[in-house]
Amino acid sequence: MKTTRRLFLGGATAALALPAHAQSAAKVVVVGGGFAGATAARFLRRENPKLHVTLVEPNATFIACPFSNEVLVGLRELSAQQFRYDALKREGIQIVQQAATAIDADTRTVTLSDKTVLSYDRLILAPGIDLDWKALPGYDEAAAQRMPHAWKAGEQTTLLRRQLEAMQDGGTVVISAPPNPFRCPPGPYERASLIAWYLKTKKPRSKLIVLDAKDQFSKQRLFTAAWKQLYPDNLEWVSLSQGGKVTSVDPSTNTFTTEFGAHKADVGNVIPPQRAGRIAELAGATDRTGWCPIDPVTFESRLHKNIHVVGDAAIAGAMPKSAFAANAQAKICAAAVAKLLRGETPAEPRPINTCYSLVAPDYGISIAGVYHPVNGLLADVEGAGGISPVDAPAQTRKAEADYAAAWFRTITGEVFG
Amino acid sequence: MRAILVVLVLAAPAYAADMPAGASSCSGCHAESTKAQSPVPPLRGRTDIAEAMRAFRSGDRPGTVMDRVAKGFSDSETAAIAAWFAAQKAAR
Repeated sequence: MKTTRRLFLGGATAALALPAHAQSAAKVVVVGGGFAGATAARFLRRENPKLHVTLVEPNATFIACPFSNEVLVGLRELSAQQFRYDALKREGIQIVQQAATAIDADTRTVTLSDKTVLSYDRLILAPGIDLDWKALPGYDEAAAQRMPHAWKAGEQTTLLRRQLEAMQDGGTVVISAPPNPFRCPPGPYERASLIAWYLKTKKPRSKLIVLDAKDQFSKQRLFTAAWKQLYPDNLEWVSLSQGGKVTSVDPSTNTFTTEFGAHKADVGNVIPPQRAGRIAELAGATDRTGWCPIDPVTFESRLHKNIHVVGDAAIAGAMPKSAFAANAQAKICAAAVAKLLRGETPAEPRPINTCYSLVAPDYGISIAGVYHPVNGLLADVEGAGGISPVDAPAQTRKAEADYAAAWFRTITGEVFG
Repeated sequence: MRAILVVLVLAAPAYAADMPAGASSCSGCHAESTKAQSPVPPLRGRTDIAEAMRAFRSGDRPGTVMDRVAKGFSDSETAAIAAWFAAQKAAR
């Protein structure tokens, strides 16, 4: 195209003939290569193959969190969680293996760790979460080497798995679950279930205690019923009102302190409070909650024009911080950004979320939701969604476990395959 | 120039056409390729989606999650999604 124009018109005239905002020249930078960011990059190019799409991601390999609880208990290897960006590269997405260190919303530029400056017409932030190292006294990055969080899959997953494997039968595992909002709302309870399964099958005299900063959690009726049935002797959940809120930890003794007392663990897993990934804050896209307010139609930041936020970092109303939601939001955002760059108005979206959890290897449960914009937030569509039946037969539980595994294959295929 | 533009437009994937609200979420579970190992069927090129969604919504057809998802869409919204998938080339 450009060559043809130049042949006809000559270089200087060609530059005038193509205004900077012309869609053929439009530049979109995506920061973060997880489920949200990689999906956004890919679908931007599908929406408009002429867009210049740059994906900024410091890691060459993405390690997926869904199913990492299976890795913890030896049902799966970490290698099954790893994905690369080769397919995205082949589709013409420029992958820049750097961290974004600064974003200037006025000049529309992203600065990278090697000091390169990228300019954009539209920016999509998909930084995921950061663990809030200041929120829980005693818990910092050094403490996480002794009391792993394993809430970003990778070395931390391996560390917690090794600790579980090394623990003697008769030991005590303690998990502290964070207050809302946090990544993967049913995640702590799926983890508790699978660790209880591991203890019951491998180290039956051992016990798991979940100390929770909440009284309610996702899929609670399903988890509670399954725990009663499967793990009555191995798993104890201590709610907020029973004194479950952890107020400090001591990594030197593996001790969790609550308002009601102290629990010494043989293996301690601290899932700390969370916030949007740091670059969102540096971009000025976070509010005082630490998360990013967005428009529910375009996912454009409410704080800065031309910056969009998708995935766990966004305040998406009733939509949970899940991989499915991140993928669904990113597809909507990519379509909206392509439209906005053409000067068109995006239509109201109707995103869906589906989320499976494993309570045991052949025992799956699910929650689903359908959402629409109401008063500037994504709200549940009344009458839709909800959890799978509490009294379902074993074959339904097995089917849900199979659907969970199929979902992971499908979504990672769509995003990275 | 015009000829080149026409070729580009024709070569653009179907995504360039506006998907009705809700439709882009489906591929989170329903793979676009039949090569994916999944009990969940691909949707492209299918003509029975509106009927299936009605059956899921009414409870005539048991679903794992589709009974709950279908209730988030009216008949006309479902019809738009169904028409969009029916117009796509069948998955391979």
